[in-house]
Amino acid sequence: MHIIIPIKQVPETSNVKMDEETGTMRRDGVESIINPLDLYAIESGITLKEKYGGKVTVISMGPASAEKALREAVAMGCDHGILISGKEFAGSDTWATSKVLAAAIEKIGDFDLILAGERATDGDTGQVGPGIASFLDLPLSTYTSKLIEVQVDSITVERLIEEGYEVLKLPRPALLTVVKEISFPRLPTLRGKKRAKSLDLPVWSAAQLDLPVAQLGLKGSPTRVVKIDRPRVTRGGTIVKTGDQDSIVAAVEQLVEFLRVKELV
Amino acid sequence: MSYQGVWTIAEARKGQIKTVSYELLTRGCKLADKLKVKLASVLIGNKISPADAQELIRRGADRVYLVNHPELEDFIVENYSNVLEDLINTHQPEIIIAAATTAGRSLMPYVAVRVNAGLTADCTVLDIEEDTGNLLQTRPAIGGNILATIKTPEHRPQMATVRPKSTRPAPVDHQRTGEIVEIEINEELLDGRVTKIDFRANTGEDVNIQDADVVVAGGKGLKRKENFMLLRELAEHLDGVVGASRDAVDRDWISYPHQVGLSGKTVTPKLYIAVGVSGAIQHLAGMKTADTIIAINQDPDADIFKVADFGIVGDLFEVVALLNERLVKGVEADAI
Repeated sequence: MHIIIPIKQVPETSNVKMDEETGTMRRDGVESIINPLDLYAIESGITLKEKYGGKVTVISMGPASAEKALREAVAMGCDHGILISGKEFAGSDTWATSKVLAAAIEKIGDFDLILAGERATDGDTGQVGPGIASFLDLPLSTYTSKLIEVQVDSITVERLIEEGYEVLKLPRPALLTVVKEISFPRLPTLRGKKRAKSLDLPVWSAAQLDLPVAQLGLKGSPTRVVKIDRPRVTRGGTIVKTGDQDSIVAAVEQLVEFLRVKELV
Repeated sequence: MSYQGVWTIAEARKGQIKTVSYELLTRGCKLADKLKVKLASVLIGNKISPADAQELIRRGADRVYLVNHPELEDFIVENYSNVLEDLINTHQPEIIIAAATTAGRSLMPYVAVRVNAGLTADCTVLDIEEDTGNLLQTRPAIGGNILATIKTPEHRPQMATVRPKSTRPAPVDHQRTGEIVEIEINEELLDGRVTKIDFRANTGEDVNIQDADVVVAGGKGLKRKENFMLLRELAEHLDGVVGASRDAVDRDWISYPHQVGLSGKTVTPKLYIAVGVSGAIQHLAGMKTADTIIAINQDPDADIFKVADFGIVGDLFEVVALLNERLVKGVEADAI
């Protein structure tokens, strides 16, 4: 079975601290990584390949440096990587990004399943996975938490919704966006790293995808960011330090009073 | 025909309209009033009576497009998308808002592609630009560290999903009147490829933490799985539910549906109590829009205190145990 996984390179934020002065995130020296939620898709794809045979292709739209994310995915066990890059793609919103990734997937052709992370940790929209499915008219399962059964022409999955878990049966090919619960991502192996280092990684631009440049990037995006605010997240609340038993009793009393005034108890 | 009017996408489950549908009406009324246009709700499901749909009118809709069909009983994105796309093409609304729920966040991007619309995810503020009448959509991004305002200058409709609980449900006005338009759908719109074959409802502790008014969340500081009992007790006293940081979930102390943060859920409760949660950027992204935040942590330098309205630095086991004891005793009696 051929599985295609669109991934995104995002800034690594797990060790980022807040700036005391401005109350915003300190982003200096921040590294770029594979979107953490995409790792669950990659792991699921590799697991399926190991079980049923076939291959996994990772694709990413981004700057030339996103090649690193693709090589990392190959080091984990993906077979091929394709980078979609060019200045014509700059400024794409989720609509335009879905269109380009859908075109790339169509060009690759001959696939059984597309797996995507539920959303990226930077943009946090979760719109590109469903968008690709819509462009390709593929059946879609979002928030997929478990792969139950893979049959010759269908796949049965469990998805996490507000009220519980539901089980969907989708014909293949289908697109699944996955949540953390679906898998535990493996680390790259030494052999994988070696392979990733020397692997030929094609770069596709608009020309290869047969897409008119006027429909790409900012020009092809319905939405425009008109303003960016950096809100102070600090609230400057009352912080009570405690030590001995009496101070704890006093602090809890103060907390209960705080909740009572706010009508929360 | 030009695009006109504001639509909200109501949600129903088993014939019951969900509260989030009324929150959308609060948003929708404001937008429709500013634009001086009509507000309509789209309600898709099975066996929803026009009498039940009246509730949307009592809470602000001028018109309800009610679509009933046995195959629309469950949310299947392909079916709902086809139905909505058909309605959009027929009636051409200028703005469509849906809830940023698992259904809304699946349906809206699927439809936006089909109708060539701009779509903004998980907005917390919606407004109308004075001169142009464009929808201004504000949303947190990059873990809530920036607030981006987005508009769709040329494409119509303008579409957005709205963060649940980021506004209050619209109140009932029994005097309001409106029109219920029952839509007989073309069966060709039913896609039929995907079938729902099973459903396992949340039981016991597996509640939807996004619906709760009070979330008591535990982190690494709880040290052991068993210590979550303390939080369960506290949550019970406050009529709330238990949430967790990624650290706690990764240690298997509590299941994934309880996880708050970037790789878990985003919650906006009235009260969020973080116990032994350090306050990593990823966690803050999932809870910092809560109305009131309380932090209890041993480490005075923990980032969670920066977003807290009230914090206690100290031994969380002692503090929570005492708080539980205190809440059992009753708050009101003591206040007299």
